[in-house]
Amino acid sequence: METVKKEKSVINTIVIKFDAISQNESFARIAVSAFAGVLNPTVEEISDIKTAVSEAVTNCIIHGYENCGGVITMELMMEGNTIHIMIQDEGVGIANVMQAMEPLYTSKPELERSGMGFSFMEAFMDDLHVFSEPGEGTVVRMSKSIGMLPRMVRDMDEV
Amino acid sequence: MEENFAVIENYLMVKMPSEVDHHESMALSKKADEYILGNRIKNVVFDFEDTKFMDSAGIGVIIGRYKKIECFGGKVIAVNCSRQIKRILDMSGLYKYIEVME
Repeated sequence: METVKKEKSVINTIVIKFDAISQNESFARIAVSAFAGVLNPTVEEISDIKTAVSEAVTNCIIHGYENCGGVITMELMMEGNTIHIMIQDEGVGIANVMQAMEPLYTSKPELERSGMGFSFMEAFMDDLHVFSEPGEGTVVRMSKSIGMLPRMVRDMDEV
Repeated sequence: MEENFAVIENYLMVKMPSEVDHHESMALSKKADEYILGNRIKNVVFDFEDTKFMDSAGIGVIIGRYKKIECFGGKVIAVNCSRQIKRILDMSGLYKYIEVME
Protein backbone atom coordinates (compact mmCIF):
# COMPACT_ATOMS: atom_id res chain seq x y z
CA MET A 1 0.00 0.00 0.00
CA GLU A 2 1.27 3.37 -0.95
CA THR A 3 1.38 6.00 1.73
CA VAL A 4 0.92 9.59 0.77
CA LYS A 5 3.65 11.69 2.29
CA LYS A 6 2.34 14.96 3.52
CA GLU A 7 4.81 17.79 3.64
CA LYS A 8 5.06 19.00 7.19
CA SER A 9 4.69 22.71 7.51
CA VAL A 10 6.04 24.54 10.51
CA ILE A 11 3.39 26.12 12.64
CA ASN A 12 4.31 28.74 15.19
CA THR A 13 1.99 31.05 17.08
CA ILE A 14 2.44 33.96 19.42
CA VAL A 15 -0.21 36.05 21.12
CA ILE A 16 0.55 39.47 22.56
CA LYS A 17 -1.77 41.73 24.51
CA PHE A 18 -0.82 45.36 24.91
CA ASP A 19 -2.33 48.69 25.91
CA ALA A 20 -4.01 50.75 23.19
CA ILE A 21 -1.60 53.67 23.39
CA SER A 22 0.28 55.18 20.47
CA GLN A 23 3.72 54.25 21.84
CA ASN A 24 2.79 50.62 21.16
CA GLU A 25 2.39 51.15 17.41
CA SER A 26 6.14 50.84 16.96
CA PHE A 27 6.24 47.91 19.40
CA ALA A 28 3.70 46.01 17.28
CA ARG A 29 5.75 46.63 14.12
CA ILE A 30 8.97 45.44 15.77
CA ALA A 31 7.22 42.32 17.12
CA VAL A 32 5.83 41.29 13.72
CA SER A 33 9.12 41.93 11.89
CA ALA A 34 11.01 39.85 14.45
CA PHE A 35 8.44 37.06 14.13
CA ALA A 36 8.53 37.06 10.32
CA GLY A 37 12.33 37.31 10.24
CA VAL A 38 12.92 33.55 10.15
CA LEU A 39 11.29 33.39 6.71
CA ASN A 40 14.08 35.59 5.36
CA PRO A 41 11.75 38.20 3.86
CA THR A 42 12.98 40.96 1.55
CA VAL A 43 13.09 44.55 2.78
CA GLU A 44 9.95 45.24 0.80
CA GLU A 45 8.02 42.28 2.18
CA ILE A 46 8.84 43.20 5.78
CA SER A 47 7.94 46.81 5.10
CA ASP A 48 4.55 45.73 3.69
CA ILE A 49 3.74 43.68 6.79
CA LYS A 50 4.89 46.41 9.17
CA THR A 51 2.74 49.00 7.40
CA ALA A 52 -0.37 46.78 7.52
CA VAL A 53 0.12 46.04 11.24
CA SER A 54 0.75 49.70 12.00
CA GLU A 55 -2.50 50.69 10.28
CA ALA A 56 -4.55 48.03 12.08
CA VAL A 57 -3.12 48.86 15.52
CA THR A 58 -3.60 52.61 14.95
CA ASN A 59 -7.25 51.93 14.03
CA CYS A 60 -7.78 50.09 17.35
CA ILE A 61 -6.27 53.00 19.29
CA ILE A 62 -8.03 55.95 17.67
CA HIS A 63 -11.23 54.40 16.37
CA GLY A 64 -11.87 51.23 18.39
CA TYR A 65 -10.99 52.80 21.73
CA GLU A 66 -11.34 56.46 20.62
CA ASN A 67 -8.03 57.38 22.28
CA CYS A 68 -9.33 56.37 25.71
CA GLY A 69 -7.23 53.23 26.02
CA GLY A 70 -8.09 49.55 26.19
CA VAL A 71 -6.41 46.26 25.35
CA ILE A 72 -5.32 45.16 21.88
CA THR A 73 -4.71 41.49 21.14
CA MET A 74 -2.31 40.63 18.35
CA GLU A 75 -1.98 37.02 17.26
CA LEU A 76 0.75 36.09 14.81
CA MET A 77 0.77 32.66 13.22
CA MET A 78 3.24 31.19 10.82
CA GLU A 79 2.18 28.31 8.64
CA GLY A 80 4.83 27.29 6.17
CA ASN A 81 5.86 30.50 4.46
CA THR A 82 2.61 32.32 5.24
CA ILE A 83 2.15 34.80 8.05
CA HIS A 84 -1.38 35.11 9.45
CA ILE A 85 -2.07 38.16 11.55
CA MET A 86 -5.08 38.83 13.75
CA ILE A 87 -5.50 42.17 15.48
CA GLN A 88 -8.46 42.61 17.78
CA ASP A 89 -9.97 45.28 19.98
CA GLU A 90 -13.01 45.28 22.19
CA GLY A 91 -13.92 48.85 21.41
CA VAL A 92 -16.85 50.62 19.79
CA GLY A 93 -16.91 48.53 16.62
CA ILE A 94 -17.80 49.62 13.09
CA ALA A 95 -21.43 49.94 12.01
CA ASN A 96 -20.66 49.88 8.28
CA VAL A 97 -17.53 47.89 7.49
CA MET A 98 -17.92 48.31 3.71
CA GLN A 99 -17.94 52.09 4.05
CA ALA A 100 -15.02 52.09 6.49
CA MET A 101 -12.95 50.14 3.99
CA GLU A 102 -13.51 52.58 1.13
CA PRO A 103 -10.36 54.45 0.14
CA LEU A 104 -10.22 57.99 1.57
CA TYR A 105 -13.21 57.40 3.87
CA THR A 106 -12.56 58.54 7.42
CA SER A 107 -14.96 58.88 10.32
CA LYS A 108 -12.54 61.31 11.97
CA PRO A 109 -11.50 63.97 9.43
CA GLU A 110 -10.74 66.35 12.32
CA LEU A 111 -7.86 64.07 13.32
CA GLU A 112 -6.24 64.48 9.92
CA ARG A 113 -6.63 60.84 9.06
CA SER A 114 -6.02 60.14 5.39
CA GLY A 115 -8.62 57.38 5.13
CA MET A 116 -6.02 55.07 3.62
CA GLY A 117 -5.62 52.61 6.50
CA PHE A 118 -7.69 49.70 5.18
CA SER A 119 -6.55 50.42 1.60
CA PHE A 120 -2.92 49.99 2.66
CA MET A 121 -3.71 46.78 4.55
CA GLU A 122 -5.47 45.45 1.46
CA ALA A 123 -2.68 46.50 -0.90
CA PHE A 124 0.24 45.28 1.18
CA MET A 125 -1.18 41.93 2.31
CA ASP A 126 -2.45 39.00 0.23
CA ASP A 127 -5.85 39.06 1.89
CA LEU A 128 -7.80 41.01 4.46
CA HIS A 129 -10.98 40.27 6.39
CA VAL A 130 -12.66 42.64 8.80
CA PHE A 131 -15.31 41.52 11.28
CA SER A 132 -17.04 44.03 13.49
CA GLU A 133 -20.08 44.49 15.68
CA PRO A 134 -21.03 47.87 17.13
CA GLY A 135 -20.36 47.83 20.86
CA GLU A 136 -18.44 44.54 20.67
CA GLY A 137 -15.23 45.44 18.90
CA THR A 138 -13.38 44.72 15.70
CA VAL A 139 -11.24 41.85 14.42
CA VAL A 140 -8.89 42.27 11.48
CA ARG A 141 -7.44 39.14 9.90
CA MET A 142 -4.84 39.35 7.19
CA SER A 143 -2.15 37.14 5.75
CA LYS A 144 0.82 37.25 3.45
CA SER A 145 3.02 34.60 1.90
CA ILE A 146 6.73 35.33 1.97
CA GLY A 147 9.06 34.51 -0.89
CA MET A 148 6.57 33.84 -3.65
CA LEU A 149 9.16 34.92 -6.20
CA PRO A 150 12.65 33.38 -6.34
CA ARG A 151 14.98 35.28 -4.03
CA MET A 152 17.20 36.56 -6.87
CA VAL A 153 14.27 38.13 -8.71
CA ARG A 154 12.96 39.66 -5.50
CA ASP A 155 16.33 41.18 -4.61
CA MET A 156 16.79 42.54 -8.12
CA ASP A 157 13.43 44.19 -7.87
CA GLU A 158 14.65 46.16 -4.87
CA VAL A 159 17.70 47.70 -6.50
CA MET B 1 11.92 68.50 18.15
CA GLU B 2 12.90 72.13 17.37
CA GLU B 3 16.06 70.93 15.62
CA ASN B 4 13.91 69.19 13.03
CA PHE B 5 12.54 72.51 11.77
CA ALA B 6 14.31 75.28 9.88
CA VAL B 7 12.95 78.41 8.20
CA ILE B 8 14.72 79.62 5.06
CA GLU B 9 13.05 82.69 3.56
CA ASN B 10 9.43 81.60 3.09
CA TYR B 11 10.25 77.89 3.14
CA LEU B 12 9.75 75.63 6.13
CA MET B 13 12.14 72.66 6.11
CA VAL B 14 10.92 69.66 8.10
CA LYS B 15 13.31 66.83 8.86
CA MET B 16 11.05 63.80 9.17
CA PRO B 17 11.72 61.30 12.00
CA SER B 18 12.99 57.76 11.36
CA GLU B 19 9.50 56.34 11.86
CA VAL B 20 6.51 58.41 10.74
CA ASP B 21 3.45 56.85 12.37
CA HIS B 22 0.37 58.11 14.22
CA HIS B 23 2.41 58.43 17.44
CA GLU B 24 5.10 60.65 15.88
CA SER B 25 2.81 62.57 13.57
CA MET B 26 0.62 64.29 16.16
CA ALA B 27 3.40 66.47 17.65
CA LEU B 28 4.99 66.91 14.23
CA SER B 29 1.85 68.40 12.67
CA LYS B 30 1.24 70.69 15.63
CA LYS B 31 4.79 72.05 15.58
CA ALA B 32 4.80 72.48 11.80
CA ASP B 33 1.59 74.52 12.00
CA GLU B 34 3.10 76.81 14.63
CA TYR B 35 5.97 77.55 12.25
CA ILE B 36 3.68 78.00 9.24
CA LEU B 37 1.43 80.48 11.03
CA GLY B 38 4.18 82.26 12.97
CA ASN B 39 6.65 82.77 10.11
CA ARG B 40 4.46 83.51 7.09
CA ILE B 41 5.58 80.28 5.49
CA LYS B 42 4.60 79.76 1.87
CA ASN B 43 6.22 76.44 0.98
CA VAL B 44 6.97 73.33 3.01
CA VAL B 45 9.79 70.87 2.31
CA PHE B 46 9.62 67.44 3.95
CA ASP B 47 13.01 65.75 4.13
CA PHE B 48 12.76 61.95 4.38
CA GLU B 49 16.49 61.27 4.51
CA ASP B 50 16.32 59.60 7.95
CA THR B 51 12.91 57.97 7.44
CA LYS B 52 12.89 54.19 7.46
CA PHE B 53 9.16 53.72 7.93
CA MET B 54 6.01 55.63 7.10
CA ASP B 55 2.34 54.62 7.18
CA SER B 56 -0.87 56.50 6.35
CA ALA B 57 -0.34 58.87 9.29
CA GLY B 58 2.48 60.43 7.26
CA ILE B 59 0.03 61.01 4.42
CA GLY B 60 -2.18 62.85 6.91
CA VAL B 61 0.75 65.08 7.93
CA ILE B 62 1.50 66.00 4.30
CA ILE B 63 -2.13 66.59 3.25
CA GLY B 64 -2.83 68.60 6.40
CA ARG B 65 0.10 70.99 5.73
CA TYR B 66 -0.76 71.16 2.03
CA LYS B 67 -4.27 72.36 2.90
CA LYS B 68 -2.78 75.08 5.12
CA ILE B 69 -0.55 76.59 2.42
CA GLU B 70 -2.16 75.81 -0.93
CA CYS B 71 -4.76 78.57 -0.62
CA PHE B 72 -1.87 81.08 -0.61
CA GLY B 73 -0.29 79.47 -3.67
CA GLY B 74 2.31 77.57 -1.69
CA LYS B 75 3.60 74.13 -2.51
CA VAL B 76 4.73 70.99 -0.73
CA ILE B 77 7.97 69.33 -1.72
CA ALA B 78 9.24 65.92 -0.59
CA VAL B 79 12.96 65.17 -0.79
CA ASN B 80 15.21 62.14 -0.19
CA CYS B 81 12.35 59.64 -0.42
CA SER B 82 13.25 55.97 -0.27
CA ARG B 83 11.51 53.41 -2.44
CA GLN B 84 9.09 52.58 0.37
CA ILE B 85 8.14 56.24 0.92
CA LYS B 86 7.63 56.79 -2.81
CA ARG B 87 5.34 53.78 -2.94
CA ILE B 88 3.22 55.12 -0.08
CA LEU B 89 3.02 58.58 -1.70
CA ASP B 90 2.12 57.05 -5.05
CA MET B 91 -0.60 54.78 -3.65
CA SER B 92 -2.23 57.69 -1.83
CA GLY B 93 -2.41 59.73 -5.02
CA LEU B 94 -0.26 62.48 -3.48
CA TYR B 95 1.92 62.87 -6.57
CA LYS B 96 -0.83 65.09 -7.99
CA TYR B 97 -0.43 67.60 -5.20
CA ILE B 98 3.20 67.58 -4.18
CA GLU B 99 6.58 67.71 -5.88
CA VAL B 100 8.93 64.82 -5.24
CA MET B 101 12.56 65.77 -5.80
CA GLU B 102 15.72 63.69 -5.52
